[in-house]
Parts: sequence; C-alpha cells; structure tokens
Amino acid sequence: MKEEILISGFGGQGVLSMGKILAYSGLMEGKEVTWMPAYGPEQRGGTANVTVIISDEKISSPILSSYDTAIILNQPSLDKFESKVKKGGVLIYDGYGIINPPTRTDISIYQIDAMDAANEMKNSKVFNMIVLGGLLKIRPVVTLDNVKRGLEKTLPARHHNLIPVNEQAILKGMEIIKEVENK
Amino acid sequence: MAEEVLLMKGNEAISHAAIRCGCDGYFGYPITPQSEILETLALVKPWETTGMVVLQAESEVASINMVYGGAGAGKMVMTSSSSPGISLMQEGLSYIAGAELPCLVVNVQRGGPGLGTIQPSQSDYFQSCKGGGHGDYHLIVLAPNSVQEMADFVGLAFDLAFKYRNPAMILADGVIGQMMEKVVLPPVRPRRTEQELIEQCPWATVGKPKNRKPNIITSLELKPEAMEIINLRIQAKYRQCEAEEVRYEEIDCDDAEYLIVAFGSCARIAQKSMEIARAEGIKVGMLRPITLWPFPTKIIAEYAKKVKGILSVELNAGQMVEDIRLAVEGKVPVEFFGRLGGIVPDPDEVVEALKSKIIK
Repeated sequence: MKEEILISGFGGQGVLSMGKILAYSGLMEGKEVTWMPAYGPEQRGGTANVTVIISDEKISSPILSSYDTAIILNQPSLDKFESKVKKGGVLIYDGYGIINPPTRTDISIYQIDAMDAANEMKNSKVFNMIVLGGLLKIRPVVTLDNVKRGLEKTLPARHHNLIPVNEQAILKGMEIIKEVENK
Repeated sequence: MAEEVLLMKGNEAISHAAIRCGCDGYFGYPITPQSEILETLALVKPWETTGMVVLQAESEVASINMVYGGAGAGKMVMTSSSSPGISLMQEGLSYIAGAELPCLVVNVQRGGPGLGTIQPSQSDYFQSCKGGGHGDYHLIVLAPNSVQEMADFVGLAFDLAFKYRNPAMILADGVIGQMMEKVVLPPVRPRRTEQELIEQCPWATVGKPKNRKPNIITSLELKPEAMEIINLRIQAKYRQCEAEEVRYEEIDCDDAEYLIVAFGSCARIAQKSMEIARAEGIKVGMLRPITLWPFPTKIIAEYAKKVKGILSVELNAGQMVEDIRLAVEGKVPVEFFGRLGGIVPDPDEVVEALKSKIIK
C-alpha cells in the first residue's frame, strides 16, 4: 500500500495541520510517512500546500510530480494541481469560491462543501477535519481510531477537550462528500 | 522497551539529537529554512536538564566565534545556519580549523548566490568541501538524506570532530530540514564532566595546573618554517581521515549499467527516478556519498570500470560532478543534471536527463 496525497489551499485553512494529523495517523498504523510542506513565502495569505505520503515500504522522494489523491481547497490550487492527479486517481475539492470546476474525465472527482458545513456547525476551525473525513470516506488510508490517536499526538494536552468536536467534524465530512458525475 | 518512533522535522531532530548527545553549547542566529533548530532548543530548555547552554547570538559572526571559544575550552559546541549565514562564518571556521579545534556546524542550505531564496539548494558544495575560508583546510562534511540521518549524524559529527580535532559540518537543505518523517532519537550520552573533559582533551584551555605548560589556542605562527610543520601535520590528519572515514550508500548497484550519483535530498528524488527508470527496464543504480569530504573517490573509480555512464544529480549548477570526473579520470562519460536557485526537480525530469544525456 502506498498513497501519495497532496493537500492545497489558502494559508490559514489548516492545510498543513490536516497533513500533520494524516501523517501522525499513518505513524500510529506503523506505516512509513513523509510530510513535506511548501514552506515558501506563499504561505502568507497565498496558497499553502503539503505532500503526505503513507506507505508500507520505505519512501524515496518526499517531493512528487503527480499524486494518487489531491485535496483542493481553492481555485489557484485547482488550476495548479488538477493536471497533476495520476490517471485513475482521486480529486476532492471544496466548491466554495470555485468558479471553474475540474474538467478531467480520467479521474474520480468528489465535491465536499466543507466550508458551508463548518459554518453550519458554527465552527470554522473544524473545516479541515470535515475535509479529512471526506478523504477517509473515499480513501480509507488510515482508520478513524488512529486519526483520534493522531489528534492526541498533534494537539497540545490543553486542547484534548476539542477531540470530540473534531471527531464529529470527520463524521460530518464522511456524510456530505459526494461524487461528481464526470464520465 | 521498544525504541520510541517519533514524527518530526529534520531541523527538530538536530536539536533533540544534540541534547541527547551531551552537547555543551549551541550558539546561533535564526535564518530560514533552519530556524526550528534554535526554536526547538528554546522550547525544550536543555539548560534546565542537561545544563546545555543555548544562546541566540547577535549575528552569525558572533555565533561562530562563541563556538571557537567553547571549542578551545574542550566543550562540545555547535552552531547552525543557512547559506548566507554560513558565508559569514567562514573566517571563524578557518581559524577553528587552523587552531585544530572540534565543533559542529549545521548548514541547511537555501538557494543562492547572495540572499537568494529560502527554498532547498545544494549550491554550497564547493564552499563546504573545498574550504570556504582561507588556507589549506577541510571540513569533515556529512550529507544526511532523511530525518533519521539528521538525528544520527549529530553524534557522528561530534565524534569525528573530536577524533580529528577539526570542524565537522552537517550539510543539509530545506527539504531535509523542513520535512517530517519517522525518527528514533539516538541514545542519551550524558554531558562530559570537567574531569572527563580534562582527561579526553589534554589540549583544552581549562585552567592550568602547576605540572604542565600552558595550553595555547591559536592559529597564528609567524615563522613560516614552523607554520609549514603545522600545515603538514594538518594535512597528515586529512590523509588519515580520507583513508578511514569515507562513507557512502549503494542502492541497486549490483546489475547497474548506469550510475546516478546524488547526495542529500537529491538522492531521495533520484531514487524515485530510479524506480521509474527500472520499471521501464533501464538498469540504473545509485551511489550516494554520505561523506562529501572525504569524498568516496575510490568506489566511484571502481564503478567507472563497470558502468556505461554516470549522471551526477545536484541542486546546483554542477559542483560535485567535478569530484566525480576526477575520480573517473575520463574512463566513462560523466554528465550532470541539476536545477538552480531553490527549484527541486521532478523525479521525471531526472529520468529524462538520464535518457538524453547518458543512455542516448
């Protein structure tokens, strides 16, 4: 098993922390993991992205030119990365602010309106966990139990009371993600 | 008990490893992409546990000269910076090498020249391996390609630095510094006691007992005859280092018709390129120098007898390729592929370069 995942969106959306939780969850499963952020100045207000690889085998390059799964959270990211999804791969995107939706027909496309759902939950901070839930529904690369353990590792102890609300957000994401007819 | 597997950045691994290796002092000034080294030390507060000193100096020049002072007292001391900051340290490094003192310098490279970019680069190979400061000296240069090696090489670099009484460098880059991976931290070595230090470093300035001459730490010797003798002694040390300390990794080399030579983050990318090329039936292997100085010259000369061509892949305009060509002595074609200024190549680009430059 090897899953090469890209997460890309605006700085501040929780792109890097979502990747971190995913990487920690992979670690909990005893898998090999790499988490490679784009650490440039683009993080300030512009786009932020991170490559997470979860694998049974030792991982060679932490930097990739194409991905099994791309999670796209804004239009600039969609413009940049739609073409980088491997044929037969998965693209998950949040429809919020997307003017030009993805057009490829050789990949599976899913839409998750996580921004709206987070607003409904009156908690914009769980946005990234809703998206993570969506990912886990489509590509169960790590178990929900290990995500919980990953959260315990990434969140400082004083924030452990927030784990249930994060879990709720993951379940919400699993519920609302829907496939886009593109074939 | 099983060793604890952690997930952390390469920069963080350097800090944790330094504390666990019994490092006495860190002196540094923040610069991207390695600021997490100082940040992690400030967060962990080793001065409250092991007594390790952590100091943010006023500049890189001050940092390296604090290291010079600590090293003169026999202490296990280090600094870290990124390319432009390392340039500022070159005078101090030359003095430390000239005074024959041990220390560790970590360079998490970024794109240059000048202030350049903050993205990954390997363009300080010449500066690191050929002596960036003045005079006939070398640094012992280790090139980690994973977070695990960032952790492991701290202790190794200190061991080599003390064995040869010479500065050692960990030459990483933004990829290895910023990436998070699994890591098992090295076992805890307590800091040396004053008594152990006096026994292990008879040259150190620790306060003069009545029964010996003063220890003098200096790189100055005005008589050329005496200075030549010092130089010859330093060179003899370097020949021993070349004979005993070369380290490298061979990957899929057994049946290789072509060889990629790459180090650090570039070796990781090129390894992915190898996976792609091998899936297409191209028999390509990789030699990864772990010590950039001393350079694995002999083993590369051996491969020059076996393979049809060698491709050097670097994040620079072609620096290590010169050392490969010196080793190969024209026996097989040696070509170069690299990206500049902080651009990291796609694995596919390396495969293309292998096909167009070597296989043809």
